[in-house]
Amino acid sequence: MQKPGRTLLAKIWDQHVIAKMGDDTDLLHVDRHLLHDLGGSRGLLDLKSRNLSVHNPELTFATPDHAISTAPGRAGTIKIGQDLLAAPRVETSASGIAMFDIDEPGQGIVHVIGPELGLSLPGCLIVCGDSHTCTHGGLGALAFGIGSSELTHVLATQAIIQRRPKTMRVKFEGALPFGVTAKDLILALIGQIGAAGGTGYAVEYAGSAIRDLPVEGRLTICNLSIELGAKMGLIAPDEKTYEYIRGRAYAPKGEMWDRAVAAWRQLPSDPDAVFDKEVVVDVGKIIPQVTWGISPEHVIGVDGRVPDPGQIADPAKRAAIETALDYMGLKAGAPIMGTPVDWVFIGSCTNSRLSDLRAAAAVARGRKVAPGVRAWVVPGSETVKRDAVAEGLDRIFIEAGFEWREPGCSMCLAANGETVAPGQRSVSTSNRNFIGRQGPRARTHLASPATAAAAAISGAIADVRTMER
Amino acid sequence: MPKPFTQLTAIAAPVMRSNIDTDVIIRIDRIVGNSVRGSLGKWAFGALRYLPDGSENPDFILNREPYRQAEILVTGPNFGCGSSRGAAVWSLQEMGIRAVIGSGFGDIFFANCFQNGVLPIVVDKGIVDGLAAEVEHTQGAGRISVDLEAQTITSPSGKQIRFEIDPRRRAGLIGGLDEVALTLQRDDEIRAFQAADRTERPWIHFAGKSV
Repeated sequence: MQKPGRTLLAKIWDQHVIAKMGDDTDLLHVDRHLLHDLGGSRGLLDLKSRNLSVHNPELTFATPDHAISTAPGRAGTIKIGQDLLAAPRVETSASGIAMFDIDEPGQGIVHVIGPELGLSLPGCLIVCGDSHTCTHGGLGALAFGIGSSELTHVLATQAIIQRRPKTMRVKFEGALPFGVTAKDLILALIGQIGAAGGTGYAVEYAGSAIRDLPVEGRLTICNLSIELGAKMGLIAPDEKTYEYIRGRAYAPKGEMWDRAVAAWRQLPSDPDAVFDKEVVVDVGKIIPQVTWGISPEHVIGVDGRVPDPGQIADPAKRAAIETALDYMGLKAGAPIMGTPVDWVFIGSCTNSRLSDLRAAAAVARGRKVAPGVRAWVVPGSETVKRDAVAEGLDRIFIEAGFEWREPGCSMCLAANGETVAPGQRSVSTSNRNFIGRQGPRARTHLASPATAAAAAISGAIADVRTMER
Repeated sequence: MPKPFTQLTAIAAPVMRSNIDTDVIIRIDRIVGNSVRGSLGKWAFGALRYLPDGSENPDFILNREPYRQAEILVTGPNFGCGSSRGAAVWSLQEMGIRAVIGSGFGDIFFANCFQNGVLPIVVDKGIVDGLAAEVEHTQGAGRISVDLEAQTITSPSGKQIRFEIDPRRRAGLIGGLDEVALTLQRDDEIRAFQAADRTERPWIHFAGKSV
């Protein structure tokens, strides 16, 4: 018997408690541990140096994504990236962990391949040494990023000690206006409640606009939870979720599928569940979003103006805006539209799935990247790449003057030598516009794939609504 | 295993900008590699600490005396937001930081601090601002004391402030506990959970197999 009034978070959490540690802190079972080349490699070596073994290799999955080259043919993988590949190849094979290696189906950005392979499931507890692990919450999983020491702990014990977070529900209500995507919804929310608005909470996204979103859009929404400060973001599973998962490589099959779906149907928050905080977002008022500063909360509609610190009374806020404008090379009060760009990056765990590439290709088709702009498309996984090629998206991009690359994290975090040059301006479909994120002194504007493609074609930040056909 | 933390009286540096993210604390290309520990101190806050030509930025507080000796940071809201990189804490630690005091921290950074023997203390923003003002008033000479056992901060002027902390984490910092070893002592419970769960949710344990 389910107790009344429980949230999606509480139902998943309670199902994973191995032991109570007191004070709202529990030892939780980890259903899926995803490893990537940066943290996973180090964790496996750490475990070995402590003479410990992997507790459940069959629940652990590895892929290289962060530090590998995404140049065609993987040319130019930096030396240190190769070292990071060598360790997991040896250690995963020694401990029996499945690894999806370069050029194999299954390789890709860890938060793209989890859902794609059917590893990420509703009700599942997923961890990974990466803050964007919250992405998998789009399927109704409880997924969160962990630090290096916790990663070793999970490898050794298949469990993690966590304090139960507070709960927040964000309801996105209304129909998506023309040209507005999942990325715009979540950026608008971050603008509304701030980059620390979700700190300490697990955020459940709900409302009619979320129910209307396809699964890939839900993954984008949950992906940016950490940019709200929330380690975990979740969306209740529904028929769309089950249809998305059905038939995937690691998804349950046959009779087990029916049992799994029956269990998943119990997961959504009860109608009388109480959240610690509630937020409502009026979707009808949202237009395509673009960031202007150095935090995802520095976001405006594409028809807006960057703030004028002269108009801000609070000295700390004024100074913060001045710092951001100075770093970004923007004039106080100027319209964001028309700002010239040097780079466009379409990729990352936020926006590199097939639907993202289709949205960008729809804008790029039959047009040309503006002179002086370098525009990259980096598919999220080997499977996304193959699917995109099968429907001709690569041709559309290449004919328009985009560079079509191999799957990986690439210029989202610039760990592999793929950087925006100092002082250059990039419109990026990734998740962080932090100082130096895309390279030292690189200037990043976050936007949706369609808005990024519009910037590539226009050579400047543009309103995609005037370009969509 | 981190070294135990009990008490600390030290120079404190206010770094009060909001939303200082872990990319700003340590840039990614400094931490790519399997053996970066020990080399990170000089790269902490790189984007703020150094000018484009690589020289020190004289305007950045940690480049000025006495703040160069700081072992405590007094931080603006949402310090350590962003990426989960544990190296953000390592780099602070390697530049000598042992405690950070702020009104709120990035959740993953906060957890990483405890795992690495750095004490993060959350107090009201008014208290943080007061501590920063006192430190600045003494041009950094006024030291802050942190007593983890008593759960108190003492400001440069002698004001005592009580702080709250998760008792398990407090014990971990004081005792320098090895969490992996502690959890492995409960391995019977973990295995019992898994045995029951294999029946309850076989699709988790037999992924991709038709069982």
